[in-house]
Amino acid sequence: MSELRLMKGNEAIAEAAIRCGADGYFGYPITPQSEVMETLMALKPWETTGMVVLQAESEVAAINMLYGGAGCGKRVMTSSSSPGISLMQEGISYLAGAELPCLVVNVVRGGPGLGTIQPSQSDYFQSVKGGGHGDYKLIVLAPSSVQEMADFVELAFDLAFKYRNPAMILADGMIGQMMEKVELKPQKKRWTNEEIEKMHPWATTGKKNSRERNIITSVELDSEKHEQANIRIQKKYKELQEKEVRYEAIDTEDAEYLLVAYGSSARISLAAKELLRKKGHKVGLLRPITLFPFPTKQIRELAEGLKGILSVEMSAGQMVEDVRLAVEGKIKVEHFGRMGGVVPTPEEVADALEQKLIGGQ
Amino acid sequence: MAKMIGSIEVDTEKCKGCSLCVVACPTDVIALSDKVNGKGYNYAYMSNPEACTGCTNCALVCPDSCITVYRQKVEVV
Amino acid sequence: MAEVINDIKRSENLVYAKTKVLTDNVMHYCPGCSHGVVHKVLAEVIDEMGIQEVTLGVAPVGCAVLIYNYIDIDWQEAAHGRAPALATAMKRLRPDRYVFTYQGDGDLAAIGTAETIHACNRGENIVIIFINNGIYGMTGGQMAPTTLEGMKTATCPYGREPSHDGNPLKITELLAQLPGTAYVTRQSVHTAAAVRKTKKAIRKAFEKQKENKGTSVVEIVSTCNSGWKLTPVEANKWMEENMFPFYPLGDMKDE
Repeated sequence: MSELRLMKGNEAIAEAAIRCGADGYFGYPITPQSEVMETLMALKPWETTGMVVLQAESEVAAINMLYGGAGCGKRVMTSSSSPGISLMQEGISYLAGAELPCLVVNVVRGGPGLGTIQPSQSDYFQSVKGGGHGDYKLIVLAPSSVQEMADFVELAFDLAFKYRNPAMILADGMIGQMMEKVELKPQKKRWTNEEIEKMHPWATTGKKNSRERNIITSVELDSEKHEQANIRIQKKYKELQEKEVRYEAIDTEDAEYLLVAYGSSARISLAAKELLRKKGHKVGLLRPITLFPFPTKQIRELAEGLKGILSVEMSAGQMVEDVRLAVEGKIKVEHFGRMGGVVPTPEEVADALEQKLIGGQ
Repeated sequence: MAKMIGSIEVDTEKCKGCSLCVVACPTDVIALSDKVNGKGYNYAYMSNPEACTGCTNCALVCPDSCITVYRQKVEVV
Repeated sequence: MAEVINDIKRSENLVYAKTKVLTDNVMHYCPGCSHGVVHKVLAEVIDEMGIQEVTLGVAPVGCAVLIYNYIDIDWQEAAHGRAPALATAMKRLRPDRYVFTYQGDGDLAAIGTAETIHACNRGENIVIIFINNGIYGMTGGQMAPTTLEGMKTATCPYGREPSHDGNPLKITELLAQLPGTAYVTRQSVHTAAAVRKTKKAIRKAFEKQKENKGTSVVEIVSTCNSGWKLTPVEANKWMEENMFPFYPLGDMKDE
């Protein structure tokens, strides 16, 4: 049965993980996302659904526990925040190389370095361009509400298994810490080992006499074969780009100017759009929900009728590069952002659009 | 009197001529051949087959699992 | 006599043959490498316990990275040093499976020290097979955490000097101190008798897992004759004279 609750974004991740039938969570505490594991430990899902929850000795160990669990065909996840996600990059690259599905939640804080525990969106490049070594991408979902924090857990698992690729929920400290009303879905059953053997014949479940041994690996010393493995992976990314783009378009029909923003910035930009509309400016908002695959085609099409785009991010300007690539130089694309954990106000965003796009003409 | 006689079969194509079986043999049965296999290794062979007791020591220390061992009890007069 | 000898090569007289759990692939290891012997022994234990269908292996980074080509079970290939983290999750998510790691000295005692110690300290119900040859074989013979004092490698070409290079690490002694380990032993495969003992030790480690006893660590002091720049026979002798005094063989813990 569905259930309505007031809860933090981080708590919603934990609740949703149990309810969608996740098999394992492996993590290491770091602010501002420690409530994910704290909630799981308090709920003790190993006594109900059988979900394994383990505090690892480091983020490095945690991500490699995901590799082991995912290799067994299990739905496994971790959560961390920026410095911890940096530590996980090696493991994420191996997971992508071995074509293993899993979920990594990044509740982003300001960097570089130890940075700040306040919210930021400065891990965009790391998340959507690969992050670790080699040619690979993650499936990246950007929630902008506590409800989406909950809903994207199952969606991320579904996409990860469909494409045999790691998925990431790219949130930020604001979404993680704020409380909102959430509708939690009813409890689903975890996959049985027999179901896993049928659904995921590639998984290491024990070599039956009736089949060849399964090997989960990212190494291939024959260059020709390794290039083929890369081509296979790239094909998935192309398919993802064609089939899995998700976004929300608000007031874009008559828009002359467009705000592009994801996550917390999209909430602020929504208020900024209202302010600008009241002033008589025809402004719309495009909120990418999938950051990879990015709504490139959709932005390009919208750009036909636009005078300018403002990319709003809590960073020095990262997504703005993808927006510029999408419009291919046809219209002006500007960036507005705050860094170091500073959250911009709707007024600041509205002013920036007026100054950079409307006033600047 | 009963006596154990043994014999080994070496997978000469897999043998890398490391000599570990040669020194492991308590009765000096094995030597490396003057001939080489497809990979250019001087492979192991029974140079003194009569002395083999089928003790399996050679097979146990062989890193490439290329030795098969047979053993039979025979009556000698 | 020659006829008799040929005549005994019949199935009823067969006393030793390669286990079917080992594949027919020719191993990529150098001639005389200890890895091949340990692979064989491990495969024999899996065969004799009848657990081929329910055993999951974790391969390391190092010379044994391609072990999955040789032992016919399901395998996962881990990032360098992370095998115990993989095994932790695998065993917790599949407690009905036997899970083991196979790791070298660099993998287990340098880059993967944290994963090794914490898996052992949690008492993960897994088996760790640890090959200690005191050198990095795959990358071309550099210093390992277990390289002996004075021992020459590519990155300590004048011999390991503790004041500059640090001391050799007795990681297995350290692991034996942890409450999570059930069985910790150090063996070798330089003689037929040693191979028999190693096989018994690996069997015992898997039996401990069956009984949910916690982590078992089987160190095998091994040779890397290419890295040591010796013949396989000389390498065994060098190991007995130099490695065994610092890394003495025998059980450290059996609970």
